[in-house]
Formats: sequence, C-alpha cells, structure tokens
Amino acid sequence: MPSPALAPTPTPILELRDVRTHFPISSGFLFKRHVGTVKAVDGVTLSVARGEVLGLVGESGCGKSTLARTILQLVPTTGGTVVLSGQNLTTSNTAEILTARRDLQMVFQDPYASLNPRMTVFDTLAEPLLVHGVSSPADINVRVATLMRTVGLAPRFMQKYPHEFSGGQRQRIAIARALALEPKVIIADEPVSALDVSIQAQILNLLAQLVRKMNLSLVFIAHDLSVVKHISDRIAVMYLGKIVELGRAVDVIERPHHPYTRALVSAIPTPDPDIERTRQRIVLPGDPPSPINPPSGCSFHPRCPYARDICKATVPPLAPFATDRDVACLRAAEISDL
Amino acid sequence: MPLLSVTDLRTYFHTRSGVYRAVDGVSFSLERGETLGIVGESGSGKSVTCYSIMGLIPTPPGRIESGTAVFDGVDLLHCTPTQSRAIRGKRVAMIFQDPMTSLNPYMRISDQLMEPLLIHENLSKPAARQRALAALESVGINDPDKRINLYPHEFSGGMRQRVMIAMALITKPELLIADEPTTALDVTVQAQILELIKKMQRELGMAVIFITHDLGVVSGLCDRVQVMYAGRIVESTDTRTLFHSPRHPYTRALQRSIPALQPKGTELYTISGMPPDLSKPLPGCGFSARCEHATDLCRATTPALAAISPNHTQSCLRVQAGDIL
Ligand SMILES: Nc1ncnc2c1ncn2[C@@H]1O[C@H](COP(=O)(O)OP(=O)(O)OP(=O)(O)O)[C@@H](O)[C@H]1O
Ligand SMILES: Nc1ncnc2c1ncn2[C@@H]1O[C@H](COP(=O)(O)OP(=O)(O)OP(=O)(O)O)[C@@H](O)[C@H]1O
Ligand code: SF4
Ligand SMILES: [Mg+2]
Ligand SMILES: [Mg+2]
Repeated sequence: MPSPALAPTPTPILELRDVRTHFPISSGFLFKRHVGTVKAVDGVTLSVARGEVLGLVGESGCGKSTLARTILQLVPTTGGTVVLSGQNLTTSNTAEILTARRDLQMVFQDPYASLNPRMTVFDTLAEPLLVHGVSSPADINVRVATLMRTVGLAPRFMQKYPHEFSGGQRQRIAIARALALEPKVIIADEPVSALDVSIQAQILNLLAQLVRKMNLSLVFIAHDLSVVKHISDRIAVMYLGKIVELGRAVDVIERPHHPYTRALVSAIPTPDPDIERTRQRIVLPGDPPSPINPPSGCSFHPRCPYARDICKATVPPLAPFATDRDVACLRAAEISDL
Repeated sequence: MPLLSVTDLRTYFHTRSGVYRAVDGVSFSLERGETLGIVGESGSGKSVTCYSIMGLIPTPPGRIESGTAVFDGVDLLHCTPTQSRAIRGKRVAMIFQDPMTSLNPYMRISDQLMEPLLIHENLSKPAARQRALAALESVGINDPDKRINLYPHEFSGGMRQRVMIAMALITKPELLIADEPTTALDVTVQAQILELIKKMQRELGMAVIFITHDLGVVSGLCDRVQVMYAGRIVESTDTRTLFHSPRHPYTRALQRSIPALQPKGTELYTISGMPPDLSKPLPGCGFSARCEHATDLCRATTPALAAISPNHTQSCLRVQAGDIL
C-alpha cells in the first residue's frame, strides 16, 4: 500500500496552488446586471503524487466538479496555478492544454451529458485512439473490444448508442474512454455512484490495479465515503469552495477532526437495517450555505455545533494538526477529545 | 386493494441488433404509504420498469409487449390520454436518475417549477412562484429567490437533483417513483432528502418506489425490497429479512460485494462473468452463467418466484428444491 508523505509530496505530478474559480451571476434579459459572484472554488492548495489516489469529498455544491473542471482548464481560472508534470496549465495556450490532456483525463459526473448521443460506443472509444495515433485502423477493433472488457462491458454492444444503455452501462463507457489513452492522471467525478455494488467493486479493483501497475494518479470524487475510504491514500474534505480537512484516508474517516467531517462521517448509511434505524447521526442545523453569500469567518459556523464568536470573525486557515493531518478549524485542538 | 399493482409486465426494445427483453415478466404491488426498494444489477430493467409505468418508453424501439399496471383502478398501460394526464405527472410523479432528462436546459428553474401548478392547479403566477420558492427551500436550496431564475447548467449536479425532487413533490403525489434520487448527493444532504420524503409520506400517505444501488439507504428507508436481475425479479421480501437472510444466490453475491463491508486495501469481492445477453433466448435462470450453484436444470428451466416463507419470495430453483440453504 503506497503511503505518501503528507505536506510537500516528493514528486507531485499535479499541483494546485491557491486555485480560485468564481462565476459571475447576472440577471436581466437585455441589460445584464451583475448581482453576485459564486465563489465555487476559493483558494485550494493540493498536490497529488505519482501513483497516489486522492479522494475528494464534500457537500453537494461545494465545488468539487468545478475544481475538477479547473484542473482540466475547462473553465477559466480566476486565480492561482495548476501545474501538471511541471507545466503550468493556467498560463498554457489552447494547443498546449490539448496536448497535456492526453496525460490528464476526466470521467464526468453525468455520463449522459458527456457522451455524444450520435456516436456508437465503438466511435467514442476509437476516436481518441486513432486521433492520437495510439492504434492503427487494423487493430482498432481488438483495442476497443479489450477496453470494453476492461470495464465489464460485453464487446457485442460496440455498435450501440448511448441512449440504448442503462445509466451504469453509460458510466462504464465514459470510464473506458478516459482509460483509452493510458493517461498519467485521471480525475474521476463520481465514477461509480450510478453502478450496482458488484460493478462498483469491479471498477474499484480496476482503478486500484491501474494505479499499482501503471503508476496512475487518481483524483477520486465521490459521495460514498466507504468507497472513498477503500480506494484513497489520502482524503480531502471540501466545504464551500475550500479544503477543510486533509489526511490519510482511514484516519480521516475513523477519527475526523473538523466538525463538518464529523457530521459527514456520522451520516454514512450502514447496509444493515437494525443499525441504520437506530444509529445516531449528527444532524446539521440549517441548510447548506450559498456560495453567493458565504458566511463570514469560518463558513461552517452557522451550522457548527462547536462555533463560538471567534468563528464568525476569523477565517480558519488549513493548518497542520496532529500527525499527517491538516484541519481548517479554529477550535480543532479544544474539541479534539469531544 | 393495493395502490399500484403491476402484473406480468414485459417491455422489449426492438433494435437493429435484436430484440432486447429489458423487462421480462415483472409483477409486484404496492400499498398506500408503503416504501418499496428496487435494487439489482445495472441494466437489469429497474428504470425501464418505472418508465413503463410512467408511459415514458420511447416507441419505437421500445414496446410494452404485455402486462397491466393498475393504479387506483386505472390500468396505466391501457388508459385514455385524458386518464393518463390526470394521473401521470400529478398523482404519480417520478424523479429521474439523470436530472437533465427531466429538466429543460433552455428554461429557467422558476418556469419549470411553476408550470405544473399553472396547468394542473390553476394557481395565479405570484401564488405559483411562492409555492416554487417554498419547494426549493424544502429541498435545502438556499437563496431560492436568487437561484430560482437560474438555468439548470448553473447548478451543481446535486443541486439539479434537488430541483428535480422539488419539481416532483410540488404536486403532492400519491405515488412517488424515485430512480436513484440521491446518488448525486452528499450523505448529509441525502439524509435531509430522505427525511423530506419520509415526512411527505407521513403527511400525505405517499407511497414510494425507490430505486437505488446504495444498500445503506435501502436499509434505512424501505419497508420491502425487491431484487432484479436480467429483466426479472429474483427475490422480494421485507428489508430486515433481505439483509439478514437473503436466499437467492444473486442477492447473496450482491451483499458480499458491498465495499463498506470489506477490509481496505484488499481486492473487493465481485461477481465473476457478465450478465446475459438479453437479446438471446434465456431458457433458464438469468443468473445461471455466473452462479456457483448452477446445475443443468438451472440452465434449462425458467424459474418463477415462489414463497419460501409468508412474506418472502425468491426464484432460485435450487433454493426452492431445498438443495441449498
Ligand atoms: N432505448 C433503448 N434502446 C435499447 N435498449 C434499451 C433502451 N433503454 C434501455 N435499454 C436496455 O434495457 C436494459 C434495462 O435498462 P434499465 O435502464 O432499465 O436498467 P437499470 O436496471 O435501470 O440499470 P442502472 O442501474 O444501470 O440504471 C438495459 O440492458 C438497456 O441496455
Ligand atoms: N457555470 C456556472 N455558473 C454559475 N454557477 C456555477 C456554474 N457551475 C457551477 N456553479 C456553482 O458553483 C458551485 C459549485 O458547483 P459544483 O458543480 O462544482 O459542485 P459539486 O461539489 O461538484 O457538487 P455536487 O456534489 O452536487 O456535484 C455551485 O453553487 C454551483 O451552483
Ligand atoms: S472554526 Fe468554529 S465554526 Fe468553524 S468548524 Fe471550527 S468550531 Fe466550527
Ligand atoms: Mg459535482
Ligand atoms: Mg436505471
């Protein structure tokens, strides 16, 4: 089991420094009026080593997909830098980014929207292989069939279109497409949440095997914390555009320090009706805040059971806490035994 | 009388590469206020079963070959367009696996939420807008008055899902069909949505069909669970029994595959092989090619659901024969 060092990763393949991605919100039809800014990603610093799996979890809408899209430069970056194998993508031109994408692939959260409805599975998978000259027209059939088997799809489906597949089958096409060019880094946005547990297990085994054999680096975004814990070396927890906790996967889930992580972990459903129906959950009061009007100070303070006045005034930095752990909570030390 | 009773539903897709028997003889029923979970292999026909009930099968290539789906006395598979309009989308509402299939990308959220109220309930525009804002708030979307004017692509995946849930619940349906409604949500918001669905159930006596891959969610929410494999139901029983004493070999294998129950770092248990080709005749048990207990009889005889105890049916021939526990 690889156990990368925490703070400065020795040879990071992917490095994010203070990355910010903001979206303007306007209203009005003819005369657009600027009514606010969504700070979807707001100062994220992270690094991923070769062969490392970084799990990224957090509240729905906290900016995980936006962070993923920012890494691929699919949305304009508001600030900060994204460095892939030494190349600063934020200052690269379109051609350079397209070249870099051979090494950096993404599996999108919504496979229906990311697959071209007019392309058969064969076309979808053959295209990158032919464009990048990885495969010749002579052996393309064999390559595509192998890819399909890798993700548990029968090659007999090769000539079908996306709408002819179930949700889970479509997701596997998207995963196969990301794997086609054998990239160095894959950003997988909820790659298994649409799959039944047996196929989930197949895909997780497959990804773990690629990480081991090909030294693939993986950023794995998911809501199922037991899945994230299983596959990740480290886990980063995001809340409202910021990383609030970062540490070794098992530790973060078994001994969460940030109050948000604690609530998250306590809400993991258990596949046992007797336990599930009697289990104690930390119910967070109030609703997830809006990134248009983030709360002052610690953005978790309106829902945090441990909040004090200081939390309303001071933004907690993500700071080292305990062994191999970074936590962004002003009271982390005081509440660590609670 | 059950609220919904589906009998021998068969939905096939007639494509260039053959006839796919996506749903092949499915029968079940649901009482008012009851929550039925549907779990099973990806591609086993869970969504197609529900699309058939909702009248959403694209025809062609799809065709409902046989069966009835009687909702409160009306067979939804053979009713008039007027009867259908009065029930589907109002008394029976559905939340989709893919939020973008039910959200119109070119319409503001506000218009999409208000539309059914303006059409079905003859509300005034301001009144409909108030209901729409309240609906967004009830699914945990903050700043609804600012966000209601956004387009679907301006929301995160999970927020789109919540908008869709708000849309389905806005007409206060008697039956809610939820196709993986919380897979895109984090566990705290998921818990909130499940609470909302439970509350609607208590207040309105709403029945729910809940399709999910998350067996943790099933164990917390559902009264009864049925397991599908290759277009057929292979096991159906109350939730406790399903988790504590599953009988069908597929259900057992599925349970063994749950990542949460396996130690970290190990190779996860998976069911070897692939599901059968639904375009080829399937004479025996759909699971026989992957089942460790399969015999020649399993490959030749089409199994039927049979009770093994009062509230527990399953279709494994060898379990029925008492060969395996
Ligand atoms: N429009 C279509 N044309 C052809 N085949 C289809 C069509 N829609 C669905 N199918 C097939 O019907 C079968 C059942 O699909 P369905 O969407 O019901 O699966 P599911 O159980 O909901 O799976 P998942 O868990 O992955 O969502 C699949 O094998 C799928 O390929
Ligand atoms: N193009 C856009 N324009 C305006 N706002 C956007 C845009 N894309 C995303 N947002 C907003 O940015 C925030 C973060 O969205 P994002 O999709 O990154 O969340 P997420 O963490 O992936 O959530 P989920 O778990 O629900 O997928 C949300 O508040 C969303 O509404
Ligand atoms: S800083 Fe304060 S409000 Fe934020 S998580 Fe810590 S205790 Fe809670
Ligand atoms: Mg997302
Ligand atoms: Mg489905």
